[in-house]
Amino acid sequence: MAFLRIILLRVLTTLVTLAGVAVIVFFVIRVVPGNPIAMMLPPGATEDDIARLSALYGLDKPMVTQFGIWLAGVMQGDFGTSITTRQPVLGLVLGRLPATLELSIMALVMAVILGGSAALIGTRGRGTRTEGAIDVANGMALSVPDFLWGLVLMLVFGVLLPVFHISGRVTPSLDLPFTTGFYLFESLIRLRFDLWADLVAHMFMPALALAIPLAAIIGQLLKQSLKETMNLDYVTLARTKGYGETHVILREALRNAALPTLTLVGVQFTFLIGGTVIIERLFSYEGLGNMAIDAVINRDLPLIQGIVILFAVIFTAVNLIVDLLYAVLNPRLRHA
Amino acid sequence: MSFLSIRNLSVRLKNGPPLLRRVSLDVAAGEVRGLVGESGAGKSMIGKAVLGILPPSVQITEGEILLDGTDLLRLSPRESRRRIGASCALIPQDPLTALNPSHRIGPQITNRLVDILGWTRAAADARAIDLLAEVQISDPARVLRSYPHELSGGMRQRILIASAFAAEPKLIVADEPTTALDVTVQKQILRLIAGMQARHGTALLFVTHDLGVVSKVCQKLSVLYSGLVLEDSTVTDFFTAPRHAYSAALLAATPKYTDPDAGLQPVPDAVIGAVRAEVDSFDRKAAHG
Ligand SMILES: Nc1ncnc2c1ncn2[C@@H]1O[C@H](COP(=O)(O)OP(=O)(O)OP(=O)(O)O)[C@@H](O)[C@H]1O
Ligand SMILES: [Mg+2]
Repeated sequence: MAFLRIILLRVLTTLVTLAGVAVIVFFVIRVVPGNPIAMMLPPGATEDDIARLSALYGLDKPMVTQFGIWLAGVMQGDFGTSITTRQPVLGLVLGRLPATLELSIMALVMAVILGGSAALIGTRGRGTRTEGAIDVANGMALSVPDFLWGLVLMLVFGVLLPVFHISGRVTPSLDLPFTTGFYLFESLIRLRFDLWADLVAHMFMPALALAIPLAAIIGQLLKQSLKETMNLDYVTLARTKGYGETHVILREALRNAALPTLTLVGVQFTFLIGGTVIIERLFSYEGLGNMAIDAVINRDLPLIQGIVILFAVIFTAVNLIVDLLYAVLNPRLRHA
Repeated sequence: MSFLSIRNLSVRLKNGPPLLRRVSLDVAAGEVRGLVGESGAGKSMIGKAVLGILPPSVQITEGEILLDGTDLLRLSPRESRRRIGASCALIPQDPLTALNPSHRIGPQITNRLVDILGWTRAAADARAIDLLAEVQISDPARVLRSYPHELSGGMRQRILIASAFAAEPKLIVADEPTTALDVTVQKQILRLIAGMQARHGTALLFVTHDLGVVSKVCQKLSVLYSGLVLEDSTVTDFFTAPRHAYSAALLAATPKYTDPDAGLQPVPDAVIGAVRAEVDSFDRKAAHG
């Protein structure tokens, strides 16, 4: 019951948010200077050519009318046609979505593993040099933004010690049997571990670059919250039963300590997804972010709109998932 | 021989003042010993030392904690933990914070039996049902499936008591087990602990402020001031002829059931002064070896 109410409420607020995003994006990118039609035509095109092409894409109409047309299309699942590629926006955007989702989720998994381990090791060794070392590492990881980590990783693992690929999503000469865009996932299902390894070798550095700052945040926050939890009465009671430190941390403290971290990770994960725009560019990874930059450079208005809306949908979905997870992990909410 | 025997146990804050000063006390099998003294006297510290849960900010500087003749302080941490888990249990002070909010009640009672003592899950579950019935919880099966936040404080304390007796420990430490409860349920819980203790023949180290409780539940008691044991008596001797002036003052400070209006008399300053002097003289002697 509570679940249903949460979901309904979220769907409603999501729709309102998306409508707001749609309005803002639509008008902002039209106010910014730069004419998509002028960029499409060869130099020396006449005013007449420009006018004709503008009419073709509906760009000659008043802005509000344009918005009405666009919105009516969106309602029917038609996000318009990309000006540069002349293909439907929806297909283009959905085609790139899996690449970005796989990259983001890989980065999130890495961040949780790295940050979680740091927090657990730091808690296990609290008050010792181990904890000090973890704090220093966390501080360093936090003080450098993801794209700089990308450059550092590129230098280390791409140039000095070339074990990973520095660009692309997959080696182009390989022939790909995939029917979905989720290459990493599908290669596992098809038991094509050779392809999987190739994909990971491409994804490793961009994912790690995205993961490092989030890992540091998780590490710091979870450790703090674990240390506080470790002093609580129920943890002490578990110790008197004969349980050792590791069991007590994992079984008694971790779940309760993870709750406050979880909410923050949700917010930070949306930042991470935002970070894919630059990281994908840096590693020439063919995802949504990379496409977004091209679209902006080419003033491909319908494509920009489609990508922004999709990002907004992803963000709200992430927030919804976090809320649901929180309810699942917290028995006090589950029964409310 | 006593099941628990503490010999000359000294505990201090790391690089700080002493918290326990050569404390010695015994608890024989099936016996109940009260630990009384003002707030900060070190009562809980003794219980924590026995159960191996001293805070990391303190250290044991001397002494022995003999459990069934074996000094816990000479064992590896792992072995000492195992022995404590197998033969001792704690009834905590605050039932609202002593249960893990994200686990159901059932596993919180049975986990020691299964994980530490190697019972089968079925046997442990059956035991949990019996125990809840013994602490007078109706519908035990439902309670075992509940989460702590669904139960009242008195209910949770009953569960913690059941859990403490689950493995038939030789010794239970009860640290002010009723102070966090409503006055109305305090008496019931006290009676419950005393009844369970008598039925199971468990030795009990009972930390309390309340001499009235001591007179009802305990056979022996230790009076503590600033980590120093001032008096170690049987309860009968203590109430008829206290040996230490501080004990006498404590007794006088306790309202009498016969004359509740006589009111609380604070421990006189002169007595406090004398006890402080005793503590100082102990520290001087300790400093000179
Ligand atoms: N975690 C801790 N770190 C440092 N000092 C502590 C800690 N816990 C208790 N102490 C100190 O140790 C002394 C004894 O504390 P203890 O908790 O044993 O007192 P108590 O007799 O149980 O008092 P109360 O009746 O208030 O529970 C006090 O002076 C207290 O300040
Ligand atoms: Mg205490």
